[in-house]
Amino acid sequence: MYKYNEFDEAFLAERNAQFRAQVERRIDGSLTEEEFRPLRLMNGVYLQLHAYMLRVAIPYGTLNPNQMRALALLAEKWDKGYGHFTTRQNIQYNWPKLRDLPDMLDALGEVGLHAIQTSGNTIRNTTADHFAGAAADELTDPRPYAELIRQWSTDHPEFQFLGRKFKIAITGSDTDRAVIRAHDVGLQVVEKDGKLGFKVIVGGGLGRTPMIGQVLREFLPQADLLPYLEAVLTVYNVLGRRDNKYKARIKITVSENGIDTYRAMTEEAFLTIRGQYDGTDQQLLEEIKAHFQAPEFRSAPTDAFDTAYANDPVFRAWADTNLHAHRAEGHAIATISIKAHGATPGDASAEQIRVMADLAEQYGYGELRISHQQNVILPHVHKSDLPAIHAKLKEHGLATANLGLISDIIACPGMDYCNLATARSIPVAQEIATRFDELKLEHDIGHLQIKISGCINACGHHHVGHIGILGLDRAGVENYQITLGGDASENAAIGTRTGPGFAYDEIVPAVERIVETYLSVRENAEETFIETYRRVGMDPFKAALYPEAQKKVA
Amino acid sequence: MARAFTPKVITANDLLEGDVIYFTAQDTWTRDLSEAELITDEADAQLRLIEAEKQNIKIVGAYLADAKAGPNGPEPTHFREEFRRTGPSNYFHGKQEAEANV
Repeated sequence: MYKYNEFDEAFLAERNAQFRAQVERRIDGSLTEEEFRPLRLMNGVYLQLHAYMLRVAIPYGTLNPNQMRALALLAEKWDKGYGHFTTRQNIQYNWPKLRDLPDMLDALGEVGLHAIQTSGNTIRNTTADHFAGAAADELTDPRPYAELIRQWSTDHPEFQFLGRKFKIAITGSDTDRAVIRAHDVGLQVVEKDGKLGFKVIVGGGLGRTPMIGQVLREFLPQADLLPYLEAVLTVYNVLGRRDNKYKARIKITVSENGIDTYRAMTEEAFLTIRGQYDGTDQQLLEEIKAHFQAPEFRSAPTDAFDTAYANDPVFRAWADTNLHAHRAEGHAIATISIKAHGATPGDASAEQIRVMADLAEQYGYGELRISHQQNVILPHVHKSDLPAIHAKLKEHGLATANLGLISDIIACPGMDYCNLATARSIPVAQEIATRFDELKLEHDIGHLQIKISGCINACGHHHVGHIGILGLDRAGVENYQITLGGDASENAAIGTRTGPGFAYDEIVPAVERIVETYLSVRENAEETFIETYRRVGMDPFKAALYPEAQKKVA
Repeated sequence: MARAFTPKVITANDLLEGDVIYFTAQDTWTRDLSEAELITDEADAQLRLIEAEKQNIKIVGAYLADAKAGPNGPEPTHFREEFRRTGPSNYFHGKQEAEANV
């Protein structure tokens, strides 16, 4: 994985020193809050409901064990002993003090991590498929391109004051685990005539006006990535609206001007910009690629795995849900759920973070990934080590076998922490997970993604949840709208609202009625929730949710 | 017709700690909503907010929040302010924790 060179280290140290001085000037009164706010936001420092919040980028979701341990150190030394993994491959600390923030950033800098551009109207952390470099179904590892984008976009003078924030996601697989169709720009590495390049998708996004991205270029040669992205951004800077915050994202620019106009302008800008690139970026890319060489996967018998799988039903349940196919023989991708039933989705204690770092070091070729689904992944594990890994995970409350199931919920922080929230998300997720655990129905229900947001900004991706839940403030009371049929995969779709919302104490029973309906109308146990929904449509779910309305019609 | 004025308190976050604070009748800041000044006269509200903002060197983001009179001082009328004066619901952190440690 990428290791900072002298330039990276010097840049980050200088940037952190600048921020330290800015904090001092705010404290001594030389800077007003109006002056300080944009400076702290550029360094990932928010002021939330109860405290400051520091958002740290985990570039393309990749960490080494020492970086992971640094995240634990921050949690323990300057926070309340835990960190919160977000829905965009970041980690957030909910309780830092202003004076401690420069020290926290220095501690991150020592292991090659930062919080730059995790806020503000800039190009945010480029996210990637969390199985990148490991998945059996992958064409090539997309992370070198993500690192190239990180270096290009960090402190890029033209893109520090965009009309609005700008999010890029990349995958190297046909199976979309990075939600590329719900990003400002989505990239998929594809192959044409034996050459690698990108399918470029633009104008996707959730929030107030959810949209699925459209194809801007079916095939962009690899060497044209940066000039083409620069052209996309340049056109956005010219065409994008700055008169209305809610119409400022590129999805609105693309939909108002039409994809054909946007494409024509991008291609025109690209012709000019491409001439400014002299191939240095491609040399850099080759250097970066050298950092992402796959480990030397070892060859060993898998007897230990086979024995445990045959004899230990707890291990078997975990293996069935939490393992995915690896590209190397005898290996697996192991996802560690940090969503024990009733716990806060995405939260891990300092101790748990260290345990995961140790496991990655001992068994995982020194690699970890963080998913936008708020879980942690050991991307390269030999199957023979899985029983020992599972045993260790069990000791630390990390062995929950619920990946992709109803309790593997994405939830934003909601009104428990967030200044923008209109209702809580976390307790709704906790209660749904607890309820279905009690019912012991989870494995019978099968693959079902619930995604919960506490306001229309949709950090909890509710629009693309099979069941989406949106918390709102209705006349001073929390109220939850439900959408069905959303899909975050390569078949991306925006969910449809069921009807009127539900009060806080009605939302869990409402979800239960939806699931009961699914279980009663599915063709067989193999038909997943989303497949059933696509087959039968909204009506049976509506009938279950709003029996009174049905009576009136009848 | 303009909406009738509802009583307010002035609240903000502390610059250094980041936690929730309230403005008192003595122009000081308290961490306890019940000690805040309840402003019942609309004419006073903006003036008191200007007074509070004079202390911007040690506070962030002062604003007027709806409140009502209770037996022990001002109380929130909206759930957002209830969370701000209590803390999150998933952990016993924030003000609820601070109070338990008194």
